[in-house]
Amino acid sequence: MIEMKNVYKKYPNGIVAANGLSIKFNQGEFAYIVGPSGAGKSTFIKMMYREERATSGDIVVNGMNLTTLKNKEVPYLRRQIGVVFQDFKLLPTLTVYENVAFALEVIEEQPDKIRKRVMEVLDLVGLKHKARMLPNELSGGEQQRISIARSIVNVPKVVIADEPTGNLDPETSWDIMNLFEEINARGTTIIMATHNKEIVNTIRRRVIAIEGGLIVRDEHGGNYGYEI
Amino acid sequence: MKSRTIKRHFRESLKTLGRNSWMSFASVSAVTVTLLLVGVFVMIMMNLNKIATDLENDVEIKVLIELEADQKAEETLQKQIKDLSGVDSFTYSSKEEELNHLVKDFGEDLSLFKQSNPLRNVIYVKASDPQKTAEVAEKIEKFDNTHEVLYGKGKIEKLFNFLNISRNVGIGLIVALLFTAMFLISNTIRITIVARKHEIEIMKLVGATNWFVRIPFILEGMWLGLLGSIIPITVVTIAYVKLHSVLQPKLQGEMFQLLDVTPFIIEVDLLILLMGVFIGVWGSFMSVRKFLKV
Repeated sequence: MIEMKNVYKKYPNGIVAANGLSIKFNQGEFAYIVGPSGAGKSTFIKMMYREERATSGDIVVNGMNLTTLKNKEVPYLRRQIGVVFQDFKLLPTLTVYENVAFALEVIEEQPDKIRKRVMEVLDLVGLKHKARMLPNELSGGEQQRISIARSIVNVPKVVIADEPTGNLDPETSWDIMNLFEEINARGTTIIMATHNKEIVNTIRRRVIAIEGGLIVRDEHGGNYGYEI
Repeated sequence: MKSRTIKRHFRESLKTLGRNSWMSFASVSAVTVTLLLVGVFVMIMMNLNKIATDLENDVEIKVLIELEADQKAEETLQKQIKDLSGVDSFTYSSKEEELNHLVKDFGEDLSLFKQSNPLRNVIYVKASDPQKTAEVAEKIEKFDNTHEVLYGKGKIEKLFNFLNISRNVGIGLIVALLFTAMFLISNTIRITIVARKHEIEIMKLVGATNWFVRIPFILEGMWLGLLGSIIPITVVTIAYVKLHSVLQPKLQGEMFQLLDVTPFIIEVDLLILLMGVFIGVWGSFMSVRKFLKV
C-alpha cells in the first residue's frame, strides 16, 4: 500500500536526507523507523504525506503517485493518512471534541455522522468524559490521545507517527503504545519513527533503520539496535 | 462547496473576529482612518472636477463676421463651421440680437445705438472637447469673412493647465492613499494570521483544501472592511449634506455649482464600502497565501 522506489531528497541547503530509499509496506503492518538524529527519519515520514516532496524517485501511497501528484490533490491524499506528531499539534482554543471533529469538518462530513464518529473515537482513546475540556487542561498523555483520535477519526488506512512518545514519560508512553497496537489490530497500518529503545525492544515489530538517508537494516521482529 | 460548509465558514469568520478582538479593532481602525481620508478626498476631488467641467463648458468661441459679408457669405461660413471636426454646436446671433443683449444688461441708454448699430453679426461656437477650443478657433480664423475670433486666448490655456494638473495630482493622491491602506491592512491581518499559522498548518495536515483554509480568513477580511467603512460613510454623508446646504445657496447663479447630494453621496458611500471590502479581502488573501504551503 506504500511503496518507495529509489527515493532521493536533497534540501536547498545541500543536505541529502534520502539517498536512494526503496521500501514497501503492506496493509496492516506495524513498523518502527529508527536511527540516529539527522539520519533522515523525519524526511522519510514527511515524504509519505507530501509535507516534503522527493527530489527524484517514486512514492506510491494507496495507488497515488506522490511524485506526480498535483498540489491541488494533496488534501485528498492526506484524508487517507492519519498523522500523529511529537508535539501533538492541537488547537488550544478548541475543546477536545472540536479538535477531533475538525478533521471531519474539513472534509465536509455530515454533522450527525461527525457527532457519532467523534464520540466513538473519543471512547476508544478513553477521553469521552473529557470531550468538553480544553487541551491544556489535560496531561501530555491525554493530549497525545486526542491527537491520535483525530488521526483515526476518518478511518485512514495508515497512521504515520513521528516520535509520538517523544514528549511523554515512560508510563504514559506505554499507554500510547497500547492504543497504537489496538488501532493496528483493527487493520490500520502503523508507521512510527521513534527513539524509544525500550518500546522497540519490548513490542517486537518490523524495524527499519535509517542512517545517512539510506536503509541500513530492515528486520521483522528486530530490536532497536542503538545504544543511547 | 456545500451550503453547510459555507455556513461554517461564516460562523468561523465571525468567531475569530471576536476571539482576536484587539487585533480586529486595530484592523478596523486602520481601515476607518484610511477610508475616511479617501472619502473626504474623493468628495473634494469630484467637486473640483465638477467645477472644472462647469468652467470648461463655459468656454466658447465668439466669431465676429465681416460687415461686408452678405447673407449668402454668412451661410457659407456657418456651413463651414458646421462641417468642421471638433465643433459641438454653434448659434448665430445677428447684430440686433447682440444689441438687445447689451441693452438688457447695461440699460436703455444703449438703445440709442439702434439708429446705427456698430456691432457685428456673431456666431458662437462650442468645441466638443473644451480643451481643444484654441485649435478649433485657429481653424475658424482661416475661413473667409471672419473679422475676429475671440476665445480668451492665453487665459483659457492657463485655466486648462491648472485644472489638468490638479486632476492628476488628485488621482495620484487617491491611488497612493489606497496603496497605503492596503499595505497597512494586509500587515495588520498578517499579524493575526501569523498567530494562527499553527491552525492553518493543522488544517492542511488533516486534508483541508487551500480554499477551505482561505475562505474564513477572506470573510474575516470582508467583515473588517465592512466594519471599517461604517464611520467613514456616516461622516462623509453628514459632512456633505451640511456643506452642500451651506455652500450651494451662495453659489446660486455662479458659473459653477457643487454636485447634487443625490446620487453623488450614495455613489461615494458605495465606493467607500466597496473599497473597504476589497481592501479587507485582498489583505487577507495576500497574507494567508504565504502560510498555505504546508
